[in-house]
Amino acid sequence: MIRALFIFILTVGLFQFSLAFGVSPDEMLDDPALEQRARNLSQELRCVVCQNQSIDDSDADLAKDLRVIVREQLLAGQSEAQIKSYLVDRYGEFILFRPKFSVHTLMLWIGPFVVLFLLLGGGIWFYRSRSKGVSALSDKEEQELSDILRVGSEEPK
Amino acid sequence: MINEIGHFALVLALGLAAAQALFSLLGAAQRNLTWMTIGRRAAYLQFFALTLSFAALTKAFLVSDFSLLVVAENSHSAKPLIFKFAGVWGNHEGSILLWVLILALFGAAVSRFGRGLPTTLQARVIGVQGLIGLGFLAFIVATSDPFVRIFPAPLDGRDLNPLLQDIGLAIHPPMLYLGYVGFSMAFAFAIAALLEGRVDAAWGRWVRPWTLVAWIFLTGGISLGSWWAYYELGWGGWWFWDPVENVSFMPWLTGTALLHSAIVVEKREALRSWTILLAILTFSLSLIGTFIVRSGLLTSVHAFAVDPERGVFILLLLAIAIGGSLLLFAWRAPDMKGGGLFAPISREGGLLLNNLLLATATATVFIGTLYPLIIEAINGAKISIGPPFYNQTFVPIMLPLLVAMGIGPLLPWKRGDMAKLAGRLKLVLLLTLFVMGLVYWQDREQLWPMFGIGLAAWVIISALLELANRVGLPKVSVGNAWQRAKGLPRAAYGMTLAHIGLAVAVIGMVGSSFWTEEFIGLMKPGDSQEVAGYHFKLEKMEAFQGPNYQARRAVVTVNASDDGGYVMKPEQRLYPVRKQNTTEAAIRTTFLGDVYVTLGEVQKDGVVLRISFRSLIPWLWMGALLLVLGGLLSLSDRRVRVAAPAAGKRT
Repeated sequence: MIRALFIFILTVGLFQFSLAFGVSPDEMLDDPALEQRARNLSQELRCVVCQNQSIDDSDADLAKDLRVIVREQLLAGQSEAQIKSYLVDRYGEFILFRPKFSVHTLMLWIGPFVVLFLLLGGGIWFYRSRSKGVSALSDKEEQELSDILRVGSEEPK
Repeated sequence: MINEIGHFALVLALGLAAAQALFSLLGAAQRNLTWMTIGRRAAYLQFFALTLSFAALTKAFLVSDFSLLVVAENSHSAKPLIFKFAGVWGNHEGSILLWVLILALFGAAVSRFGRGLPTTLQARVIGVQGLIGLGFLAFIVATSDPFVRIFPAPLDGRDLNPLLQDIGLAIHPPMLYLGYVGFSMAFAFAIAALLEGRVDAAWGRWVRPWTLVAWIFLTGGISLGSWWAYYELGWGGWWFWDPVENVSFMPWLTGTALLHSAIVVEKREALRSWTILLAILTFSLSLIGTFIVRSGLLTSVHAFAVDPERGVFILLLLAIAIGGSLLLFAWRAPDMKGGGLFAPISREGGLLLNNLLLATATATVFIGTLYPLIIEAINGAKISIGPPFYNQTFVPIMLPLLVAMGIGPLLPWKRGDMAKLAGRLKLVLLLTLFVMGLVYWQDREQLWPMFGIGLAAWVIISALLELANRVGLPKVSVGNAWQRAKGLPRAAYGMTLAHIGLAVAVIGMVGSSFWTEEFIGLMKPGDSQEVAGYHFKLEKMEAFQGPNYQARRAVVTVNASDDGGYVMKPEQRLYPVRKQNTTEAAIRTTFLGDVYVTLGEVQKDGVVLRISFRSLIPWLWMGALLLVLGGLLSLSDRRVRVAAPAAGKRT
């Protein structure tokens, strides 16, 4: 045991800087339900100084501070929405991984559905143009055909 | 000297690409056989010149020739040999050189294997390939020359980004590029068809194998990248909806749509202009992917060089290629009206629905990826779009696609019989409900896993039932069915396998998202922890020296009632040249999930260990493997290989 501890201390001094991965045990809340809420909320918040990482995944100092803030506020009884708006007031909407529905995110949220309806509309138009088949005749052609047939049937007279 | 030869060969390739484009396209327009032959030869020579150039650069990396700027900046004498080799494409210049090398490979391949094609179609395909090569070679020579020297040469290099020093990442870029660039074949065929003014069943048959090759590589490349993120980044995540992931995913989505719509062209001569458009869009998205990743528009581990001059050049290339091809499409496509009936309840109706949903999914990813850039350019607002957005938009589009995947293959071509279909679906639905019941019995607290795995089961059961129906079961005897099964084309098995593969991957996604159990805590040597029925004990910490890094690791013994005792050693490395750390997760794969241990921060009174059981994640990789195998099986179909020359002789 003493030997293990010795090697342990030796290895601690080896690295100039150490690697963490997001949330660390000293930040975690004792209440597992509340901690789970904190984790879920953290995954929706961007570490604003990182490249596309949530504060839950990032080991940046700012992400750590934000994780602590999220947990403090949850402990104080704040709701997820309240914490989000608190953070948006300070860091801007950039911090939200799920942008709020507003004028400038309108096309973002309805865009996919617009595309879907356009494509579905195109598909329906395609079917209707094809459902009659190639033999379908226009009204004028129908008229011509019946004229020809009438002429044909009248001839034997 | 060898570097100079490589440099010379590179410039030569530029000239040869120009000749390839010019002689092939003009030759086809003039119906001049000599010119078309010259164009074909130029394609071989261009490939040869680029191989020479790439070999020269590879040698510079292998012998650590630090008089070359790229080598000095991206390599190190102490780096293991395999990563010296992989380092050739672990930087901007080398990776673009690999890009054009692969492009030239496809150009040479169509010269060699495309003999059965109508002569002018083949020449036009080679010509379009030459044009793309010309654009990218001009880009390399003008802005990204890999053979730039520095004087005096430094004593040692600055090493490769340690995150990239990994076997998964050594093969990930070439695979991805084979996919991206492979779609240039579908693109070239589409442009050639527009120039010829003719798209028929034979065209659909020719374009499919090339698209399939590209799709197989892209599937493999994306999966490898995802797998790498899973074991290397240390969080156990496998998809982050990061822009660089999205740009590789978009051509995969449209490429998948293209594979399906080309079948409709082949069997029914319908959806012709739509298929042409898909081919153009798929390659355009590949180009956009290259642009976004390489221009530094989005900085990440992939953006080797943040250089506006390069960005402007690629943007220009992009505008010419995409704009030009879409203009040509708008001009020529209206002539390509297909004939025949097209009923919604039919195989082709199902394939069209597949296309609509995949196109919508692509649009969703496209909007999500580019929206922040666009909105910032318009009014300066900075927004983030992350996984929660895609969970709310992309996932709901995928659900009906999975439902349709269970129905489509059961439908016959031309006209489906509702009553017969309902009879078949009843059995599938019954078995699916049974699986859903089983999942619910396992986990009564949440309903999502039940629906997710239920959908996957729906696809698998339907695929197996379709196969059984094909061989005549249950109407014929088993022996008879076996005879029929042997006679089925491999493409049929390819489809079944690929569809099952996707469903298996979905099971992995659902399981890892909903059933992962995780522990994060500070542990001292001797401490124990219980996670997901496994007993973990931190025995000791160790330190050791790697070839170009220092490392320390935790020795953790693991015991479980049904899985005997073993040792796991999660590791942390420090690469002194770049002063960068990496984690090496310890992973033990079992049938139901991965035991995943990473070593975190080392504190005074212990180390942080992240221990998790990542439920069903191996199914995700298994599913990806089945997708690739399904593609390969389909590609090996005799019909695919024989069809092209045979159809060519007919015309």
